[in-house]
Amino acid sequence: MKIAVSTTGESLDSLIDERFGRTSQFLLYDLEKNTYSLFDNKQNRTAPQGAGIQTAQNIINAKADVVITGNVGPKAFRTLNAGKIKVYLATGITVREALEQYKKGLLPEAQDSNVEGHWL
Amino acid sequence: MQIAIASGKGGTGKTTIATNLAYFWQKQMKKKIVLLDCDVEEPNCHLFLKPTWHSSQKATAKIPSINLEQCTYCGKCSDLCQFGAISCLKDNVLVFPELCHSCGGCTLVCPTKAIIEVEKELGEIKIGAQDNLQIIHGYLKIGEPMSPPLIRKVKEQATQEDLIIVDCPPGTSCPVIEALKGSDFVLLITEPTPFGLHDLKLAVEVVRDLKIPFAVGINRSTLGNSALKDYCARENIPIILEIPHERNIAIAYSEGELLLKKFPQYEKNFAPLWSYIQEVISSCKN
Repeated sequence: MKIAVSTTGESLDSLIDERFGRTSQFLLYDLEKNTYSLFDNKQNRTAPQGAGIQTAQNIINAKADVVITGNVGPKAFRTLNAGKIKVYLATGITVREALEQYKKGLLPEAQDSNVEGHWL
Repeated sequence: MQIAIASGKGGTGKTTIATNLAYFWQKQMKKKIVLLDCDVEEPNCHLFLKPTWHSSQKATAKIPSINLEQCTYCGKCSDLCQFGAISCLKDNVLVFPELCHSCGGCTLVCPTKAIIEVEKELGEIKIGAQDNLQIIHGYLKIGEPMSPPLIRKVKEQATQEDLIIVDCPPGTSCPVIEALKGSDFVLLITEPTPFGLHDLKLAVEVVRDLKIPFAVGINRSTLGNSALKDYCARENIPIILEIPHERNIAIAYSEGELLLKKFPQYEKNFAPLWSYIQEVISSCKN
């Protein structure tokens, strides 16, 4: 099972990025192998619109099963939901802490988008 | 011929100038004039011209609808869409109508013809008249985030033989570009305030980029300092209209009265515009 965590840095000790669609990268953690890789999201960071949808599509293509991020908007949530990806919310902690809390079942699962979409 | 009234900053007096110019020209020239109110998020020319409305119609745009039985989930539609309005997943395709620009590209690239186009309501177009002046406005449906498709539909109502005045939306983004398209001349309205000057500079960049001849009109011209006029002099931009900052004008405006009807003495401010604009347009064509 693979978990994609939006993050501001490049290691397990980097902080979670609260933004989903406009995070600079995701850390993709493989729970079985206990390994991780990074995937870049910079292209969506500067997208005029649809960043959440495109990012969600990338997550689906990366075959992640779970996303951990700070906030997720309505279109991103709809896309992730259609891709049967579960979304868990965490802020102000490191990727490592978020993964630990996820494993212990401490992170809340988003049942719907928790923020409004934003328009430029 | 199409003459656009635009401004970078909102609230500078575009509608005041557009309505008075339309009124003045139809009175002077005994010629049919079409005023297109393209500020579709807030059309208000009719408040001053008080036309009799003749017709009203729903304006629609085409958006994709996916027939999943024919879809092979190849993803060509979502790869093509630059606006992220279609998302192709492994066993589902999502459409986000609010992001769709109605280009129709997805239906063209779909190899299995699984995408058909359906109508989405954009808003309403109303056509009315007062004397020789035809007024056409678009009213964007509340909650609809994109106005350019409706602006395009409003402009389709006029023909090139008409003398068209376009009251543009404020700003310098897509709706303004859509409203300016096809114009032979742009009158940029501004006011002598720091915001007015700042946003004028942005608007000047836009019309220069679009290569449309333009001049500036200053509303509330007796306010502020000389920074605006200094800028226009420096940039070689002619100022062809000035309306002073007068309490009486503001009162008439707030009561929905047309400036030139209430105070015909200001007709002299508008009088030189026609021949000036004609000259510029014909010199650009040569």
